Amino acid sequence: MAESHANPVALRLSRAAGTSERAGTALSLGLVSTFLTLIVILPIAALVWESKRDGAHAFWQVVSSPEAVSAFKLTIGAAAIVALVNAVLGTVTAWVLVRDDFRGKALVNSVIDLPFALPTIVAGLTLLALYGPRSPIGVNLAFTRTAICLALCFVTLPFVVRTVQPVLLELDTEMEQAAHSLGASGLVTFRRIVLPNLLPGILSGLVLALARAVGEIGAVVLISGNLPYRTEVSSVYVMGRIESGDPAGAAAVAVVLLATSFAILLGVGGLRFLVTRHERA
Amino acid sequence: MRRYVPRFVALAYLTAVLLAPLTMVFWRTFQHGLAPVWGALSNPETVHAFKLTLIVTAIAVPVNTIFGVAVSLLIVRKRFPGKGVLNAFIDLPLALSPVVVGLSLYLLYGRNGWFGSWLLGHGIQVLFAWPAIVLATIFASVPFVAREVIPTLRELGDEQEQAASTLGASGWQTFRRITLPSIRWAVIYGVVLTTARSLGEYGAVAIVSGRIVGRTETATLRVDDSYQNFDLTGAYSISLVLAATAVVVLILMTVLKPKEQMA
Repeated sequence: MAESHANPVALRLSRAAGTSERAGTALSLGLVSTFLTLIVILPIAALVWESKRDGAHAFWQVVSSPEAVSAFKLTIGAAAIVALVNAVLGTVTAWVLVRDDFRGKALVNSVIDLPFALPTIVAGLTLLALYGPRSPIGVNLAFTRTAICLALCFVTLPFVVRTVQPVLLELDTEMEQAAHSLGASGLVTFRRIVLPNLLPGILSGLVLALARAVGEIGAVVLISGNLPYRTEVSSVYVMGRIESGDPAGAAAVAVVLLATSFAILLGVGGLRFLVTRHERA
Repeated sequence: MRRYVPRFVALAYLTAVLLAPLTMVFWRTFQHGLAPVWGALSNPETVHAFKLTLIVTAIAVPVNTIFGVAVSLLIVRKRFPGKGVLNAFIDLPLALSPVVVGLSLYLLYGRNGWFGSWLLGHGIQVLFAWPAIVLATIFASVPFVAREVIPTLRELGDEQEQAASTLGASGWQTFRRITLPSIRWAVIYGVVLTTARSLGEYGAVAIVSGRIVGRTETATLRVDDSYQNFDLTGAYSISLVLAATAVVVLILMTVLKPKEQMA
């Protein structure tokens, strides 16, 4: 703060401003924190409380029940597959948007954000229209696990693309040109020069995509059919528990989902930290 | 040849996952003509659903905008302990499943909930009524304005604000005439994202609203309801309106977003 004036009047003024400024900050901070507590923190606290209400044994019973475990395995599995698809195709898409040029590229760039703009239930319905029972191309994926992956691909599509694009834009092509002049083929250059630089961006996008995929419900609920042990994901299972009048059970599984999201954030975040170690060396 | 393969792969992927399904909705909706669509949309329950969605959005967006701007100013311009924690809590809704959001509110405001028991005792119904829908929507869309304004404020630096302060401007004057105009586009972009999220919220609202047709059913819930009741025209018609809104949102996002993505 610029308070090191020699002028005593200025000093007194700025100190007075400092006091009321600090009071103003404290008040704003109080209001903002109260809002966040009421809206976000207390509900989550109530959720965690409820999940533990009947004790650890009851918690474990719900969470390890066959249907819950099956739903969880499906959720994680589908999210992992979709993450892999996104890592590859998302990077390719980002590459094309940054390095390539063609008519309509700007339009394509805008369309990438569609999953952020479209309600998830509508997304699910659009997929059902094209890949469901009355599909015009004869592809019926309704009630299959493939449909779940497809729906998750829809909602997570923008994440890797948008995190890789800025990295590619910043990337100096000098290294690639040097490698090329030294005789490296395009693929080798990509694998050994470009990819390591893109990896932090890819991982950032992956974290977001995974966290989103694990919790998704709107896009999945119509096309999957929600068949227990076959196409029921954890989020749908939680809703089922609520409708069956078992909020504690629902809370237990929901807490597992919550913990999974945190694990993803920490796990992939940690991976990203490791990968960028050389930048901090 | 080499440059066409990635281009083809990317475009094929985007078409298969995004574009083709989206066009299907526009086509399917009008498959049987205009009249059934109009009939479906002017159905009183559907009209109510749209109204409810709009009202909820009209409350959630300004609330989150004011919060977003206030918290951004605090985080970027002020010093206080726990800044990282505050930042993390703001971003929390992005990592949460909508069912986690909905269930947590269900538990807090339900009959046996910490708030629910007291509120119901005083005749205030939150759960299975519009207040719960508003709370769920606010919860789900908290991060967007803050996430856009914070980096912008960071980049801008506060020299102009300091200058205004030394020239005698009050805090509010400085905010209104210096700060706010400089973050204007970030705020608008954040508002667009918040609006899109609020309009499209499904999972959380499905849990807390009770899905009472004609009372607590939002547009997204109505799509689901129509589909489950084999009213495909109804489901597609409402989806069409929502999809058209999404396209408008997309156009706004494109126009407002910083143009640093394509080189």
